[in-house]
Amino acid sequence: MGARKTLVIAGHGMVGHKLVEELIERGAPAEWDIVVFCEERRMAYDRVHLSSFFEGAGADDLSLVDPELLDTPGLRVHTGDQAIRVDRDNKTVTSATGRTVRYDALVLATGSTPFVPPIPGNDSDGCFVYRTIDDLEAIADFAMLCRTGAVVGGGLLGLEAANALRSLGLRTHVVEFAPRLMPVQVDEGGGTALRARVEELGVQVHTDRQTTDITTGERGQVTGMQFAGGELLEVDMVVFSAGIRPRDDLARGCGLEIGERGGVIVDELCRTSDPSIFAIGECAVVHGRTWGLVAPGYQMARVVADQITGTGDSSFAGGDLSTKLKLLGIDVASFGSPDDGVPVVYADPVGHVYRKLAIDPDGPRLLGGVLVGDASGYDRLLQMVRGDLPTPADVATLAAPAREEVPASADELGESALICTCNSVTKGEICDAVRDGTSTKAGSTCGGCKPLVASITKVELRKLGAAVSDAICEHFDFTRQQLFDIVRVENILSFSELLARHGRGLGCEVCKPTVASMLASLTNRYILDGEDQTLQDTNDHFLANMQKDGTYSIVPRVPGGEITPGQLIAIGQVAEEFGLYTKITGGQRIDLFGARVEQLPLVWQRLVDAGMESGHAYGKALRTVKSCVGQTWCRYGVQDSTSMAVRLELRYRGLRSPHKLKMAVSGCVRECAEAQGKDVGVIATETGWNLYVCGNGGMRPRHATLLATDLDDEALIRAIDRFLMFYVRTADRLERTSVWFEKLEGGIDYLREVVFDDVLGVAAELDTAMKQHVATYECEWKATLDSPERLAKFRSFVNTDDPDPTVVFVQERGQIRPARADEKALLP
Amino acid sequence: MSWREVCASTHLTPNRGVAALFGEQQIAVFRVAELDEVLAIDNVDPFSGAAVLSRGIVGSAGESITVASPVYKQRFDLRTGTCLDNPDVCVATFPARVIDGRVEVEVPA
Repeated sequence: MGARKTLVIAGHGMVGHKLVEELIERGAPAEWDIVVFCEERRMAYDRVHLSSFFEGAGADDLSLVDPELLDTPGLRVHTGDQAIRVDRDNKTVTSATGRTVRYDALVLATGSTPFVPPIPGNDSDGCFVYRTIDDLEAIADFAMLCRTGAVVGGGLLGLEAANALRSLGLRTHVVEFAPRLMPVQVDEGGGTALRARVEELGVQVHTDRQTTDITTGERGQVTGMQFAGGELLEVDMVVFSAGIRPRDDLARGCGLEIGERGGVIVDELCRTSDPSIFAIGECAVVHGRTWGLVAPGYQMARVVADQITGTGDSSFAGGDLSTKLKLLGIDVASFGSPDDGVPVVYADPVGHVYRKLAIDPDGPRLLGGVLVGDASGYDRLLQMVRGDLPTPADVATLAAPAREEVPASADELGESALICTCNSVTKGEICDAVRDGTSTKAGSTCGGCKPLVASITKVELRKLGAAVSDAICEHFDFTRQQLFDIVRVENILSFSELLARHGRGLGCEVCKPTVASMLASLTNRYILDGEDQTLQDTNDHFLANMQKDGTYSIVPRVPGGEITPGQLIAIGQVAEEFGLYTKITGGQRIDLFGARVEQLPLVWQRLVDAGMESGHAYGKALRTVKSCVGQTWCRYGVQDSTSMAVRLELRYRGLRSPHKLKMAVSGCVRECAEAQGKDVGVIATETGWNLYVCGNGGMRPRHATLLATDLDDEALIRAIDRFLMFYVRTADRLERTSVWFEKLEGGIDYLREVVFDDVLGVAAELDTAMKQHVATYECEWKATLDSPERLAKFRSFVNTDDPDPTVVFVQERGQIRPARADEKALLP
Repeated sequence: MSWREVCASTHLTPNRGVAALFGEQQIAVFRVAELDEVLAIDNVDPFSGAAVLSRGIVGSAGESITVASPVYKQRFDLRTGTCLDNPDVCVATFPARVIDGRVEVEVPA
């Protein structure tokens, strides 16, 4: 292993920081110490969205630096310390504070400085440039004393600066030397539309103006601008934003080759005339020019990171200068080569929209375009220019604004389609990240590709079968609630009917049980007949709870936790006879473990004969209604909580819902039944019952919320009926009442209005639905035992009555438990 | 390899699997209604070790026909045996057919 090497980066702007990130991502810190000199006291921040600083974004919001990244071993960032001298012979960099660092490789990422035209008075009190957060703060401080301000420069940055002055409440002027705004990006027609839009906002535009003098008052402060030809514009402050110049002082100082118009000359690998020194970003001249956008700068950072770490051989072939911006709230986009081919122009002189497409008529092929005032369709058009989408024969019609924004659809694009220009992320990389659960930087810089990234992510997630916010799975484009309404309103009675009408594919383990639950809620029919049996989830499949070894546990219902000695004995005898492990549950019931599929009906026959019925421990349904003994036995009880619990359990047993439901009834405020941790909790008062809802224990505990106080028995039942049915209809798949409640707009007040004031006008419907449920309930296990056809499904193997040989138990504390793998290995 | 009878095809509910035992080998057999195809894979879920894949829900994911393990819900392609949620894992597949109303699978002799 060789000694550690040192890489010095001069400059910590967006591009310098991108290089740091790319180096770390490629594992550079294993071999390299990385020393960064950052002139500003702030580390890298987002200059693209600088004007948002005046719209309330703080310096922290603009920061690009993940604090964890600074913990990277071997990385040092010296803030407030500028690299000022390079000694190429000794390979050292010296900083303003006197640090001298020896380098094995040096990267110049010094960026650019604003160009201030050589006008007399350009350094007067009240003259500013627009580049750093410090500049912005100075502008903001000074603007407090001003009423009018002018920006010199009507380009991209000039309009940004104008937006800043406007945000500060100044009467704003834009002064441009060229005959139109944004002369580099847009043509004459676009400039006209843009000017009209900008002036609509109250910003005065002065084009074709050459400023000859900044006039000043007695104290040397700005009073106005003198134009060639004699015209005078009175202003209180001036912001220069008339282009940038590469910062090449460091390179000049050490004798590196410099371009004619400034900038460090580098080759397509970003190497300067000294093989140990690279230059990237706005200070570099590649292919004979500087590249003043962030995307090409990021590309250069990747090129250098590849070489330093030897992890790739990318080169800078020239940057894509396509941009879509919102300047002063106005959409402006320029892409491809808008001046080539034949122009097709859409111009709306009233609405001030200008859209020009450059078309090669032989293809036809889209070559580029300019969009002002309405950039709809930009995504698609850009993909066409790049060849990732085919150019349609009627491409000329795309010059007109899209009636509705149709982003390039994720499915149309190939894997290699470049989605995020700034960070060079392809569709394939986004898809990989979705699959691997990792992330990309797509959309994190200019944000223009965000809709497309969202669409790709969603499509990919659907392919993975994951639930995406608005659809339960890849087979239906609906939420559970929407599906429930469809099933109810269209009176759909089977999954296949629903799939044929509203879905695609064959369904899956997400949508099938969801729909099965709805059908059960709406019809209360036996869940394992016909097609329904193919929809049921693990536990519903055999009306028992599958355990890790493929055996099942059995829970008979014990309403209110009240059980007779005879029933206890029956359970004990069954458990003993079938060799089942027994345990008391948290819901005042008894769980019997270790039954094989073919034993389930035999066990249940005995339990049903002893007067017991299914406890639905396997279903997304009512589980238990826990209770205390209440005033019947307890010295403190004020109501008969056990009777109420039994009544509730018998009323709601078998009710299929989006998730399991638990209830409890306490006989007094001592709350021994822990009702406030349940979906429905009832607590006795001297005069009736207090009703709590949407509590939860488990993974995300939530105390229940008080819905109503002092209800009598009938009012209590009616309120619970409506609450439960409302939840069943509107909750998402596998959404407990607690989560459902937290998402419910209007909270408890709204819920009260639905349940007691019937604001939705559905109370009668909810009452009827619950009445029907109660009237049609039957014990699923009894219904199974009564039918030889249903019983025939309860077999481990279709071709033999042998038991499953993989199921093996060992003894522990007088009962069975599943054998561990190491124990199984020791068996013959 | 030899063809062994599983059951009468009428005993195979569309889109619901059955398990068959041949010696030590457990095989999960499915009839996919929409394709009128019989497919067979190893019944043992490699993630839990439980012999339960026949009890999973049959469905589709894109072009794949799948069964989701009832234990931890990983999906397996019924034609290739590959786990869609972890492509490093796969289960054995077995040739299956329906002859004269009988479902048969080809298993190692």
